[in-house]
Amino acid sequence: MLSALILIPAAAAALCFFTRSTSLRRALLFGAAACHAALSASTWFHPPGDAWGGALHLDAIGQPFLSVLSGLFLAAAVYAVGYLRRESPGLREDFLEGFRFTNAPEAVFTGCLLFFLSTMTLVILSENLGLLWIAVEATTLSSAPLIYFHRHHRSLEATWKYLMICSVGIGLALLGNFFLAVAASSAYGGSIPLSVHVLCERAAALHAPWLKGAFIFLLVGYGTKMGLAPLHTWLPDAHSEAPSVVSALLSGALLNCAFLGILRIFQICVAAGLGSYAQGYLVLFGMVSIGLAAAFLLAQRDYKRLLAYSSVEHMGILALGVGLGGTAAFGALLHAVNHSFAKAMLFLLAGNILAAYRTKAAAEVRGVLRRIPVTGVLWLAGLLAITGSPPFGTFVSELLILRGAVEQGRFWIAGSYLALLTVIFVGMAATMTRMAQGSDPEWTGGAVPRESAVAIGPPLALGLVVLALGMYLPPSLDAVLHRAAQALGAG
Amino acid sequence: MRALLDTLMVLLTFTNLRLLGLSRINASIRTVAAQGVLLGFVALAAHAGHWNARILIVAAVGIAIKGIAFPVLLFRALRAAKIRREVEPFVGYIPSVLAGMAAFLISLWVAARLPLPGGPASDLIVPTALSTMLVGLLLIVSRKKALSQALGYLVFENGIYVFGVGVAYEAPALVEMGILLDVFVAVFVMGITVFHIAREFDSIDTTRLAALKE
Repeated sequence: MLSALILIPAAAAALCFFTRSTSLRRALLFGAAACHAALSASTWFHPPGDAWGGALHLDAIGQPFLSVLSGLFLAAAVYAVGYLRRESPGLREDFLEGFRFTNAPEAVFTGCLLFFLSTMTLVILSENLGLLWIAVEATTLSSAPLIYFHRHHRSLEATWKYLMICSVGIGLALLGNFFLAVAASSAYGGSIPLSVHVLCERAAALHAPWLKGAFIFLLVGYGTKMGLAPLHTWLPDAHSEAPSVVSALLSGALLNCAFLGILRIFQICVAAGLGSYAQGYLVLFGMVSIGLAAAFLLAQRDYKRLLAYSSVEHMGILALGVGLGGTAAFGALLHAVNHSFAKAMLFLLAGNILAAYRTKAAAEVRGVLRRIPVTGVLWLAGLLAITGSPPFGTFVSELLILRGAVEQGRFWIAGSYLALLTVIFVGMAATMTRMAQGSDPEWTGGAVPRESAVAIGPPLALGLVVLALGMYLPPSLDAVLHRAAQALGAG
Repeated sequence: MRALLDTLMVLLTFTNLRLLGLSRINASIRTVAAQGVLLGFVALAAHAGHWNARILIVAAVGIAIKGIAFPVLLFRALRAAKIRREVEPFVGYIPSVLAGMAAFLISLWVAARLPLPGGPASDLIVPTALSTMLVGLLLIVSRKKALSQALGYLVFENGIYVFGVGVAYEAPALVEMGILLDVFVAVFVMGITVFHIAREFDSIDTTRLAALKE
């Protein structure tokens, strides 16, 4: 069961590289996404057993992340079919600088997309920290060709930065694993596997200074991949240069996977009684990320980069929530779910806007509501969702984190958190509403071009999920999130 | 054996400082190759007296990849890209060497605060590993060319390897993981990307990759 979740997309990816038929490849993409979604939906009803000798295990922390990944990928797969149809092969003109370039072959794109799904699933299901590390590395390798889909110098620059910075991060995470092994070997004398539940059970015997070192290196290493400031520098470039459907997956699913890596080591620290030590660093990184994102959001003229900086902000919120613990840790896990859906929705809509206006400069986009009305309406709804306005789910989760801070009497943090969120709301609303409204200089009236169902269906579905989560939290999800928050030391 | 291990650590530190001061890429690649061979001997010396198949393979693969395969690939990339043979640092050579020495001192200080349970084979292993990683990071951020940055990344990974074979060798498969992904990252991805950068710009200077700014 669990291995099928990993092997089905991997097998489909391999087939994509070998087949020449375009329609078969697109069918494989959709088919694998649908199978993955069905399997991960079934885990809610029948808890799956372990696989690969206990190395794969689905726990309460992994469960919501797995479902988010499946849901997002299904939406992205539907959207990608329309996207690939638009992206005709052959030479194309760059709308920014006017030179001509080609796209990567579609087989590479679809294959890497499916392989990316497989590796992200492996990150979520890994019970062993070594396997988790390999999986995170594999996500980097499988997503790099996706960022370099448009073969021109800007996307090449973004890919180079992504590879270089994330590889250094992954190297530091490996050192963190070494530190953890030293901490464990001093405790047990012999060699022990880096299994999360074994380490948690015997956490009291771990050598504290080395465990602290392990936490720092894993936090910095996976934090690089997660986009925590000041290690986020690859993120805006990669998100703005990758095709929108890839940006949606990077922001909505990949960042969560890196976050999960941090949660695993945090879990061990909590079990070892070093919870408050680790929480201090999470709060620090969280607040720095939110603050830095707020500063860059205000000055941002490129709307895809705007969304990327918003991801830095939300990753900061997640780190802050877990760092505060208690109610806020529950809020952070819920927020991870909400943010993924809202951000993926916005990136897919940004793709629609990019296709209609052929520019990434927010100042040159006016009157989206008139030219592509459905996208325009959803764009405004997405703005409300991502900035945490009621009645969307993000409102509930951001409020829970605020409540967590107030309950603990940390008023400085609560106050600055609230102030920064307000600044971010104003900054994003100013740019995004101006894009939606206003008169479109190039639009001469006449027939409104029809928006295709595959371009607006997926973002609409994602938006509805965030809306639904704001009104009603299913008891099963509530229970899982509570169990996950407990594993992270909250009450 | 302990004396031999200490000597190897000192030699590694020398190669680090030499890399920071070298101006020619060819010489840099050769120094990284020498460092790779040294690493193989570190693996052997750290476990002298109880060699088994695993340690022999780890050492042999280390030498084969870091000492031979990488340098050959990098020389090939160098020829294919037809670039000027200088590393072109952002930071001058003498400040770089001084920074390398500072990195070693910092590593000594950090290592002193992390007592190794069970006593390591050599007290110099942890500081050398950490300072090699720091030098690698320094090379990545202070060099302009993509190829020099890739070299810096290899030095960074060499530091991790020293730590792995010297200290964390007991944990199953961790050291092998480092080697495996070392291969993957450097050969496949960086090799391919360097090739693309070279073709795209007729140069592998990453300062040309500066269109994406705030």
